[in-house]
Amino acid sequence: MDQFTINLIFVGASFALYIGIAIWARAGSTSEFYAAGRGVHPVTNGMATAADWMSAASFISMAGLIAFTGYDNSSFLMGWTGGYVLLALLLAPYLRKFGKFTVSEFIGDRFYSQTARMVAVICLIVASTTYVIGQMTGVGVAFGRFLEVDNTTGLLIGAFVVFAYAVFGGMKGVTYTQVAQYCVLIMAYTIPAIFISLQLTGNPIPALGLFGEHQASGEPLLQKLDQIVTELGFKEYTMHHGDTLNMVLFTLSLMIGTAGLPHVIMRFFTVPRVADARWSAGWTLVFIALLYLTAPAVGAMARLNITELMWPNGTNEQAVSVEQIESDPAYDWMATWQQTGLLGWEDKNNDGRIQYYNDADADMQERAAQEGWEGNELTNFNRDILVLANPEIANLPSWVIGLVGLVAAGGLAAALSTAAGLLLAISSAVSHDLIKGALNPRISEKGELLSARVAMAVAIAVATYLGLNPPGFAAQTVALAFGLAAASIFPALMMGIFSTRINNTGAVAGMIAGISVTLVYIFLHKGWFFIPDTNTFTDADPLLGPIQSTSFGAVGAMINFTVAYVVSSMTKEPPEEIQEMVESIRVPRGAGAAAADH
Amino acid sequence: MKKESKDAAYWKANIRLIIISLIIWALVSFGFGILLRPMLSGIAVGGTDLGFWFAQQGSILVFLALIFFYAWRMNKLDAEHGVEEQ
Repeated sequence: MDQFTINLIFVGASFALYIGIAIWARAGSTSEFYAAGRGVHPVTNGMATAADWMSAASFISMAGLIAFTGYDNSSFLMGWTGGYVLLALLLAPYLRKFGKFTVSEFIGDRFYSQTARMVAVICLIVASTTYVIGQMTGVGVAFGRFLEVDNTTGLLIGAFVVFAYAVFGGMKGVTYTQVAQYCVLIMAYTIPAIFISLQLTGNPIPALGLFGEHQASGEPLLQKLDQIVTELGFKEYTMHHGDTLNMVLFTLSLMIGTAGLPHVIMRFFTVPRVADARWSAGWTLVFIALLYLTAPAVGAMARLNITELMWPNGTNEQAVSVEQIESDPAYDWMATWQQTGLLGWEDKNNDGRIQYYNDADADMQERAAQEGWEGNELTNFNRDILVLANPEIANLPSWVIGLVGLVAAGGLAAALSTAAGLLLAISSAVSHDLIKGALNPRISEKGELLSARVAMAVAIAVATYLGLNPPGFAAQTVALAFGLAAASIFPALMMGIFSTRINNTGAVAGMIAGISVTLVYIFLHKGWFFIPDTNTFTDADPLLGPIQSTSFGAVGAMINFTVAYVVSSMTKEPPEEIQEMVESIRVPRGAGAAAADH
Repeated sequence: MKKESKDAAYWKANIRLIIISLIIWALVSFGFGILLRPMLSGIAVGGTDLGFWFAQQGSILVFLALIFFYAWRMNKLDAEHGVEEQ
């Protein structure tokens, strides 16, 4: 069987499974559509939330980002997991006790303000939409590589599948589909990693293999990696090279942003009891940690494998020859990925060999002058192909082609599950907060359910259109989504629970101040509305000391907290019944009744 | 009135637990993983130092332990203060 047929079988079987689950778990009421009828076990909910949260960024991009930067990108690992501690301790149990369906509904009720609710809805829709675009683009790329269809066809198939199970299944269908998607994606991520770890270190657990011994050289793996990358003029893998303050703020921004993303918070509305919301956050992190503890090993081992492939005789000998790349099966993946335009090499000095080194490094320039090299010849290595090509890069045994099909299905599962979760967040914001909450409060349950489905269909159409015509700033908008969530939603939720003194004026002023300052800071560095060349500063030389625009979310959150506190203390305290409501969400007693009176 | 002061005691105990947990949360990530890494560089772990291990593995494991510890402790607190769900 050829690779194409195997990919087709894996991807086709996984899609059939998702649609089958959606038919089985069809949502009949708004409660099932928004919150899966609150009948989801914490472990099941944890698994679904893990799939919801881990997007194409976690599955496809993260290990590549770590592989080519090393220690400095540990921020992604700590930031995207540490946010769950904030969620579990500061938000999840209280929002479950509050017992409504959406994040903006809580903000609207707690701050007794329609304005606050609408500000939250806008933040939520903008943050979720920018995220969905990224997922849809990822779906198109994965299809293009593995099923050899063009980008447009791939995207349309992906959109159809999401439509089929999200529109009909609602939260209930999405939850159970995400459980299946989690299983697919975690197998696809860990199985190749286990074999690569065995091959390099003899340890079947990649997280332990990372700190184990590199069998071929007898040295610790990370020491060997540090040695060969520095011999090629790159920075030491395990060392800290960037700015410390920026790393702290970037990590903190990712943490606060994670805890403020509406599609994740929403998941904690779906568990039966307050106690379950606490456990559920823990189970979510268990399932996320399986991938996140493996990712740094995947990154380091792939970096080692790639470097050794380019220098098969050692970094002080001759580089790999063009002839070997073209004829040796161990290098087949290079030709495959070259066709996608994501990998490129060029024999600049026509010596029949491809030298991969850091041509900006002074020592290497000296060696290059001696040996007649004319610059780094591995000219393009897109970080995103690292995980997808990983089984091939490691040259795993002949049944490796089976793993490639699994990795394809895993990447698609990660992108589709996140897209569905975000679409659900968008559709409930539109139908529940915008239509029922503001435009037509007397809408029937049936009408609301229909409007939620229509809103979701429209959202899918918009996301597909933008996925086909990416606005050119897709990568930057991820920073925007996190910045928005960190600077607006998280502080408002936290103050709503932990303070009885913060009032409507304070909360609205805080959210608007947090968002606008963060937005302006991002635009100053990335260009106004992301239009190229309209930026005054760059992330290489930021406005405020070392603080890059991607790290600004944490500062935005602090501005939100401060403004809300100062404005609230100058204005009237919240009415008696609001203070009582805050007191009541702090204790689990009586949970469950809240949703019924809605 | 009696119920209210009981709830206040529960909330105080909860806040204390949250503060302790968040200190540990910050210590393992921002502390051991980033700011205190130079101080820990003497402790070797598999080809690198302890700070690197905390940044890429240890902090995640501690986060997990923290969430489960908090859930377990809070569920006990709920029962002690009589505020658990029925």
